[in-house]
Amino acid sequence: MRPFEYEEPRSIEEAVSLLGAPGKNRLLAGGTDLLVRLKRREWPVDRVINLKRIETLRGIEERGDWVTVGALTTIEELERSEVVAKRWPLLREAAMEMASPQVRAMATAGGNLCNASPAADLAPPLLCLDAQMIAVGPRGERTIAIRSFFAGPGRTALAPDEILTGIRIPSAPARGCFIKFCTRRAMDLAVVSVACAVVSKETRLALGAVAPTPIRVAASAEEAAMRCAPIDDVRATAEYRRELVRVLAGRALAKAAS
Amino acid sequence: MKRRLNMTVNGHAVALEVAPHRTLLEVLREDLGLTGVREGCSTGDCGACTVLLNGKAVVSCLTLAPDAEGASVTTIEGLAKDGKLDAMQEAFIAKGAIQCGFCTPGMILAAKSADVLEGNLCRCTGYAKIQEAIRHAGSRGGSPHA
Ligand SMILES: Cc1cc2nc3c(=O)[nH]c(=O)nc-3n(C[C@H](O)[C@H](O)[C@H](O)COP(=O)(O)OP(=O)(O)OC[C@H]3O[C@@H](n4cnc5c(N)ncnc54)[C@H](O)[C@@H]3O)c2cc1C
Repeated sequence: MRPFEYEEPRSIEEAVSLLGAPGKNRLLAGGTDLLVRLKRREWPVDRVINLKRIETLRGIEERGDWVTVGALTTIEELERSEVVAKRWPLLREAAMEMASPQVRAMATAGGNLCNASPAADLAPPLLCLDAQMIAVGPRGERTIAIRSFFAGPGRTALAPDEILTGIRIPSAPARGCFIKFCTRRAMDLAVVSVACAVVSKETRLALGAVAPTPIRVAASAEEAAMRCAPIDDVRATAEYRRELVRVLAGRALAKAAS
Repeated sequence: MKRRLNMTVNGHAVALEVAPHRTLLEVLREDLGLTGVREGCSTGDCGACTVLLNGKAVVSCLTLAPDAEGASVTTIEGLAKDGKLDAMQEAFIAKGAIQCGFCTPGMILAAKSADVLEGNLCRCTGYAKIQEAIRHAGSRGGSPHA
């Protein structure tokens, strides 16, 4: 990696002011996406701002009608959380199927969403659960519905000086599942992923890796296959992906209904 | 600008000055001479650089060195006690779970920390023997899906 300046803010306010300072600033959470980019020299960077010393960004908290997942919550913590396990099997399955134990111990929920890969595994379940993203910037806090959070590959609705502090999920439990189709059994990004949730009789469906962003679609396999906009890449052709959407969405809907 | 880095490595307190853009892998190998930490892919995929950070297996190639401030780090060099190998190391030898040996330190450290071995590649493809060794060592599960 090229040399950079390095900061360890202790509070969200301090992190926001560092992020807004002149120069190319990058936030570091688990580093499992960021360090790969910096090593490949894909991203110029003057200063890395490590969020990990900010304790208020950690943990999963139930309060009233919401469960708040702190941005620094690791994938391993999600996978092991009882709050998650008893309410949202689809979110737990997505966490369990990500990467490897080593990467799950490091990678964070906030990093997965802010990295905004079309294949980000936490996105389809959270789209089904109508999660809200909590952002803090110099002008204070705001919430962004997850359906308007992803703006394109690697792009989100966050302003350049905003930090994601947490993800709020309506606390209602949901039946459902997450299906990730890969070319190998572990350590692979999805060729296609499908999440399905039944939240108080309403069936919801979301897809990953088949459009510039993860997407919510109508709860029908035919419509999902029509709505998606896959591309050809090293993992699969667009045509194959569309066919997979039809099959996997059908399976996920059948499983959620049973 | 260099930063102070205090950590405990294999039970010994170390204090270093490191540039913040260096990885934990680089500091362990280059500054502390712990070459049992292997650099394979350097992008988190192969697991050869696995170390235990506060008891948990992580990939040191994607860990920024300053992130280890205050942490306890265990590398393969830290497993033997009083000249005696650890039970997992003994099991790997007993079951012939070592071919070229490049992936072995990462395999052993990952097997001690996690109940699945998804994050370690063996390019000699000696997975069957590795599974056998882990079972022999009495660890739970340990089936490499790779
Ligand atoms: C070997 C390997 C396998 C992987 N497998 C998978 C997989 O199966 N599925 C999958 O979805 N991903 C996978 N990934 C990608 C990655 O691990 C995840 O996306 C992870 O959740 C990223 O989180 P992080 O904390 O490491 O992010 P970081 O790398 O720290 O950050 C990622 C990006 O988000 C920004 N960011 C981080 N936190 C915040 C915040 N709070 N506010 C604003 N911006 C922020 C950073 O500036 C950076 O641009 C894999 C990565 C590796 C190396």
